[in-house]
Amino acid sequence: MIFIYDASFEGFLSSVFAAYEYRCKTPKIVKKEKFIGDFFEDVEEVITSEEKSARVWKKITEKCGTRGSQQIYWSFLSELENIENTLFQYIQHALVSAKDITKDYAHPAVLKVAQTVKQVGREKHRMDAFVRFRKTKDDIFFATIAPDFNVLPLNAKHFKNRYADQKWCIYDVKRNYGIYYDLEKVEVIQLELPTSILETSTDFFTTEEIQFQHLWKNYFNSTNITSRKNTKLHQQHVPKRYWKYLSEKYL
Amino acid sequence: MDFDRIKEKLNILADAAKYDVSCSSSGSKRKNTNKGLGDSSGMGICHSYTEDGRCVSLLKILLTNHCIFDCAYCVTRKSNDIKRAAFKVQEVVDLTINFYRRNYIEGLFLSSGIFKSPDTTMERLVQVAKKLRLEENFNGYIHLKSIPGASDELMYEAGLYADRLSVNIEIPTREGLQLLAPDKDRKDFLQPMKKVKNEIVRYKAERNIIKSTPKFAPAGQSTQMIVGATNETDAQVMYTAAYFYKKYQMKRVYYSGYIPVSYDPRLPSIGTDVPLLRENRLYQADWLMRFYGFSIEELLNKEHPNLDSDVDPKLSWALRNLHLFPVDVNKADKQMLARIPGLGMKSVYKILGARKYRNLNWEHLQKIGVALNRAKYFMVCNSKEWEKKDLSAMNIKGLILQNSKSKFRNTYNNQLNLFDKQDALIQY
Repeated sequence: MIFIYDASFEGFLSSVFAAYEYRCKTPKIVKKEKFIGDFFEDVEEVITSEEKSARVWKKITEKCGTRGSQQIYWSFLSELENIENTLFQYIQHALVSAKDITKDYAHPAVLKVAQTVKQVGREKHRMDAFVRFRKTKDDIFFATIAPDFNVLPLNAKHFKNRYADQKWCIYDVKRNYGIYYDLEKVEVIQLELPTSILETSTDFFTTEEIQFQHLWKNYFNSTNITSRKNTKLHQQHVPKRYWKYLSEKYL
Repeated sequence: MDFDRIKEKLNILADAAKYDVSCSSSGSKRKNTNKGLGDSSGMGICHSYTEDGRCVSLLKILLTNHCIFDCAYCVTRKSNDIKRAAFKVQEVVDLTINFYRRNYIEGLFLSSGIFKSPDTTMERLVQVAKKLRLEENFNGYIHLKSIPGASDELMYEAGLYADRLSVNIEIPTREGLQLLAPDKDRKDFLQPMKKVKNEIVRYKAERNIIKSTPKFAPAGQSTQMIVGATNETDAQVMYTAAYFYKKYQMKRVYYSGYIPVSYDPRLPSIGTDVPLLRENRLYQADWLMRFYGFSIEELLNKEHPNLDSDVDPKLSWALRNLHLFPVDVNKADKQMLARIPGLGMKSVYKILGARKYRNLNWEHLQKIGVALNRAKYFMVCNSKEWEKKDLSAMNIKGLILQNSKSKFRNTYNNQLNLFDKQDALIQY
């Protein structure tokens, strides 16, 4: 049976609930936007329910602990194809075993989840590192990113702790939403961004801002040791797809 | 801010500071209080990487490259004809804050050439840190260089504002130091190190009684040694490192392959390759010592004063101690698992977790991420196949080398031994 849902995490948990309700052991759980129709299998459109998803979440947390349930959430944010089905197998495995299964790495779903969590964690950490704030004329430190996985919800806490005394906004241009901190709390926002936002145009940014970008790039070049050049290692640490958001690389 | 002036100074003083390897920004536990700026309570972050592949985590600069000393290995030595510059205290503070607010850096790593006297220099460094902490409410990471010969009082003050302090001993042997830096005395390096260590111990003890005791250099101390500038052996380098880890409770010892910066006849000439492979092997040995439970005597001793260049130190140790293998991965304890070549601590913990559910076989191990090309000769698992059979250490080494790639392969041949020649013949 195929369950289609609204792409939210609660929607996914509601689909797990539905699969158990239908006693379906091998469901396919697919995001509605990705679903292309199937003539041979039954299709059920799941309605996201706060109550059902909360029940599933509670059960998962009981069985897997906070660490295990967090791993499920992180893997979900990877948005990888079929990750829902891996997660369903993981949850199934957790619910039937008496023991805590989060370290059963010889089980394919557990290993896959562990590996996905690692990938998502790496991407989250990269965003902590590669966000480059640019100061706008109205004193907001603004950054654009386009991470491989949907990690922005995981970054909020880090930036809130660190930049408690400045207004900032990090915008995911790939998924078209951002997080904004107004000196009190972090909110999710959606903006109509002009396409020129990537260039530091003086319509939005101060001239001082551009000077600092140049200073940073200068520093970046001065701190390099040419006799130790190692391009392969450099690109392994800073893959090219991130370069357009790093002023030291694009300037 | 006069950007042109700052840019020029930054170029000179960042260029001069780049030979300091340390760029770590972790281990501090300094939290953001009262809605200030910055937080260094989490793990370290590398915000960028230079084209040589090294991490850029801190704004690493010298306060000045004017120096009264003439150490042969150092690019800012008095007799070297280079451009000199000096930052004002406020300029460093402004740069740090502005870079930090844009998420370019985790904090500041401030070092300096020694102008006038060690105390005047140290005092200026402390001023920068103090201003950042007290005036800017800055909770990012601050690494200050302890200036050899600085007074105990200044070192004490430095520890109150900095997260980490470091003195680079630079030359691993006493004789080497005598030769290359005759104006420097080993005692001058050790005194500030000792003062800081004693204060760290004292503050820790006090915190056990009074929880609100302020922090004192919470990320500890580190030091750095240049390798390949004198003719020291790996054993001399690593025994010195082990001594500092133990005696001074160093958080890190860094090894920096000598980069020729001088035509001085006492040193390798300009154009000589940086000993990157050797540096790599020393770090591997350092890790084995700190995280894998190896003692220094097992890795380097009278019979083996240097690390092998063609295989890593753990494999090299295992080949000398074949009587301890094969190890049963489903039964062995953590320490023994950590000694299997090809198994890192991550794999060790995965194995310890996974084997509680079922006995592991080769396929499981491969999927978990064990480097079987090395590990398979040293372990048995839930399978009848076992790779070692009656292979000798030489055979195993040959098989592993044949089936592995390394960018350093060309470097190995410096000291071709008989066995390597045979191996080379098989390949071509």
